[in-house]
Amino acid sequence: MEYFLQQLINGVALGSIYGLIAIGYTMVYGIIGMINFAHGDIFMVGTFVALIVFMGLMTIGLAWVPLALLIVLIVSMFVTAAYGWTVERLAYRPLRGSFRLAPLITAIGMSIVLQNYVQVTQGARNRPLQPVITGGFKFFEDSNFVVNLSNMQILIIVTTVVLMIAFSLLIAKTSLGRAQRACEQDRKMASLLGINVDRTISLTFVMGAALASVAGFMYLLYYGVIDFYIGFVVGIKAFTAAVLGGIGSLPGAMLGGLIIGLIETFWSAYFTIEYKDVAAFSMLALVLIFLPSGLLGRTEVEKV
Amino acid sequence: MSQAIHDSEVIASDAVLTVDHLTMKFGGLTAIDNLSFTAARGDITALIGPNGAGKTTVFNCLTGFYKPTEGMITLSQRAGGAYLLERMDGHKICHKAKVARTFQNIRLFGNMTTLENLMVAQHNRLMKASYYTIGGVLGLKHFRKAEREAVELARHWLEKIDLVDRADDPASDLPYGAQRRLEIARAMCTGPELLCLDEPAAGLNPRESAELNTLLMEIRDEEQISILLIEHDMSVVMEISDHIVVIDYGEKISDGTPEHIRNDPKVIAAYLGVDDEAVGESS
Amino acid sequence: MSNTEANGHFDMKAALKDAAISALLTFVLASLILGLQIVDRNTGLVLVPRIWLAAAAIALVFFGRLALHMFWWSKRMRVDKPPLLPTTKLTAGLAKITRIAAPLLFVFAIALPFFPFSDRYIMDLAILIMTYVMLGWGLNVVVGFAGLLDLGYVAFYAVGAYSFALLATNLGLSFWVCLPLAGLFAATWGIILGFPVLRLRGDYLAIVTLAFGEIIRVVLLNWYTFTGGPDGISNIPRPTFFGLEFKRFGEGTFADFFGLEYSSLHRIIFLYYIIVVLAMFTSFVTLRLRNLPIGRAWEALREDEVACSSLGINTTNTKLTAFAIGAMFGGFAGSFFATRQGFISPESFTFIESAIILAIVVLGGMGSQIGVVIASVALIGGFEVFREFEQYRMLIFGLAMVLIMVWKPRGLISTRNPSLLLNPSGRSPARQEGAA
Repeated sequence: MEYFLQQLINGVALGSIYGLIAIGYTMVYGIIGMINFAHGDIFMVGTFVALIVFMGLMTIGLAWVPLALLIVLIVSMFVTAAYGWTVERLAYRPLRGSFRLAPLITAIGMSIVLQNYVQVTQGARNRPLQPVITGGFKFFEDSNFVVNLSNMQILIIVTTVVLMIAFSLLIAKTSLGRAQRACEQDRKMASLLGINVDRTISLTFVMGAALASVAGFMYLLYYGVIDFYIGFVVGIKAFTAAVLGGIGSLPGAMLGGLIIGLIETFWSAYFTIEYKDVAAFSMLALVLIFLPSGLLGRTEVEKV
Repeated sequence: MSQAIHDSEVIASDAVLTVDHLTMKFGGLTAIDNLSFTAARGDITALIGPNGAGKTTVFNCLTGFYKPTEGMITLSQRAGGAYLLERMDGHKICHKAKVARTFQNIRLFGNMTTLENLMVAQHNRLMKASYYTIGGVLGLKHFRKAEREAVELARHWLEKIDLVDRADDPASDLPYGAQRRLEIARAMCTGPELLCLDEPAAGLNPRESAELNTLLMEIRDEEQISILLIEHDMSVVMEISDHIVVIDYGEKISDGTPEHIRNDPKVIAAYLGVDDEAVGESS
Repeated sequence: MSNTEANGHFDMKAALKDAAISALLTFVLASLILGLQIVDRNTGLVLVPRIWLAAAAIALVFFGRLALHMFWWSKRMRVDKPPLLPTTKLTAGLAKITRIAAPLLFVFAIALPFFPFSDRYIMDLAILIMTYVMLGWGLNVVVGFAGLLDLGYVAFYAVGAYSFALLATNLGLSFWVCLPLAGLFAATWGIILGFPVLRLRGDYLAIVTLAFGEIIRVVLLNWYTFTGGPDGISNIPRPTFFGLEFKRFGEGTFADFFGLEYSSLHRIIFLYYIIVVLAMFTSFVTLRLRNLPIGRAWEALREDEVACSSLGINTTNTKLTAFAIGAMFGGFAGSFFATRQGFISPESFTFIESAIILAIVVLGGMGSQIGVVIASVALIGGFEVFREFEQYRMLIFGLAMVLIMVWKPRGLISTRNPSLLLNPSGRSPARQEGAA
């Protein structure tokens, strides 16, 4: 029971990270109907930016950790968002309205570029970071298995919840959110009504990248080790989360993220850790086959 | 010409298509509500109604793209044998039951040539002749002969729709009216018993529209194929239809000869204010 | 970004502004990742600034962008031409060249080992390129003809390689017996994996096939008792020439039988001819299939699935055949790979391989056989050219993929030859006009 509870906590924390990345997939898919293949690598770039900024702050002697973390968060969101914007500008915009496989190929190309760009500039070895946020709460201390809810996990969950609320409000209440939903429905009509479609799509990539960088930042603090290749597998898992939740749906992305996080954690805890990725990939295949519209997605009636 | 048959009581026994109590619901929305009608063999039957009346939904139900919520759709073939279309997969409806269709938004294989479009329509026959590809890879005589016959059938239809000259051009390069005709020819190349046309005259100019009438009447009279069509253009409907079914809000409101429909107050009421131009044109 | 050339004359101020904005963006992108490097020291990780590198990148973007405005975009009136029309002059020219080039290339491929410059290095490279040509032609059936985006093609390559390796090392079967079996296994896997997923839409299919590819790789990596896990399988037998082995010493070797002096090149040349024959077989079969009803149905499926179904074509079966046939050729190529290397491990079957093969098909021009050859030579050959810059070559590869795709979204060769003609001799006037 205590072991189960511990895995539940771990799973929710991991799932929150997946959920934040999944939002980027789901929004981009919603608006241009394509998988942003480079999104996982945007996340990876986010982890590196966060690490570099954090180390930079340590070097110049900024010792108060909360302030340092806040600065890291803001800077890495900004820089990673710039990467998201660039990917859209180079790989998607020139091919808008073109042959449908073309943007997918450029996106795979961008993914390769980002991975190797980071590998070339920062080296292929993985990069560790000492735990920054330590401590936490312990439960069931008198039983033989102590359940640990670390401060880091609390930070992840709280940040995710806050971002989710802020984000949902952004989509529901602001004109940008309205423009975005309009573009999702009918891009041509939206542009006829004076919505700058290109800008709206760019901003969608920017927002997705910013959220991915938050996820990357938390991943860095949580796991403490990153390399240039993490974006691939994490990206696929987050995409699975987006599909599971119902692509196009923000709460769905979050829900899907939690479920994938829990599945992965429990699988590793109770079955074999070697096959945890297989569990996630199989989940993806099963969801797409049996539940292609996801848990919270709309079923599409095909018009003939 | 087949009006005579129509007025008598033969219809029920020689119906190519019988729709019984068809209902189609999308979530809470009832697109078709308890619709029953028949299409007689050798007739052109028109399905008309104001926008959003559920005409295309009927089509999609009987060509297998939607599974109806309730009801029965029976297709009886000339040689005997009947098929319950609502239970069949989309491709079997064409392959086994011999129902071919066209689409409201033309769906040609744009990058393939006109001739290739017509060859794809004869896929099942050619697959069999090529012994499911194996004979074809080996280049057996049997298959070559079948392929020549298929090309001849395609040529026959290309002549009918006046596109022999453009047989080797990509279908997407054809002008709009030619694309509409090609789609009909393609459906005919499957060798159907019933041809379902979804707004074949949409977007055609008056001359093309008149040519279409001739083509459809030829299909009925020379090829002896029954036609079911959805159409907004009343000049087409009234001129060539033997039998008209009018639906509105998913329900049948009238059923009979063009003459009968023209004078039915219910039909006029349904169209008034919705599409009165069309009614004006027809009367 | 603003188009300085929109009204035809060059606007220096706008160009400068645009270049400055681009440089600013580069500053944001590059200053951290490029400008600061995380370096391992004894004391732990430290940051080492590389300001000159970031500055160089920024300067490059600024002046590059400016130069583009001044010399390229201002001269070329940028009328927004529809990128989908395949009848540009270049494409037509390429199409004409390919008609002559195909037989020439074939002769060249056959004669290659006899050229004086064909040393071991050239032959190894040629084998590598031909392997990718064959994989490209195999995947072309799935992606180019049937329009199914398969990102897990490497799985079938792996199935072929492992089935040959396992059959050969455990049961002692020879390459020539295993080759068809490997193809059969791969095709079976294609059907098993394809059946549940082939009704999925375009990019869903892509990501599921990607997942399948990864699943197979992870299983190969962890099923230690069966596949040897990360250690892979070694001592895979080499192919024999009608029972004659390519060894230096002993009875019944190739050199001995033909009374030749032993040369290690013999085996390489033999391998080269095997892959040439396999590739030609792939090309022959796929081209043949394309002109058959099944091939037309594949292409029709790519164009419009709904219409296919309305014409009585069983779309699931049609997709499955494409998938299985593509997988089969992948399996053949895989067992060739295993016998050539003599050693295989899961490392050879990563996603990046799938991406490279897909890139070859798409960049070459979907459905075009000669396009696959051009793209293979360019990409794999390019890889070799950049061999010394090991680290950078994937970076350049990725960039090339993006640039070529933006330049020609339909691939290098994007004309399509009809599978049959009604008027083969006299092409209709409209057609010739279109081709000019």
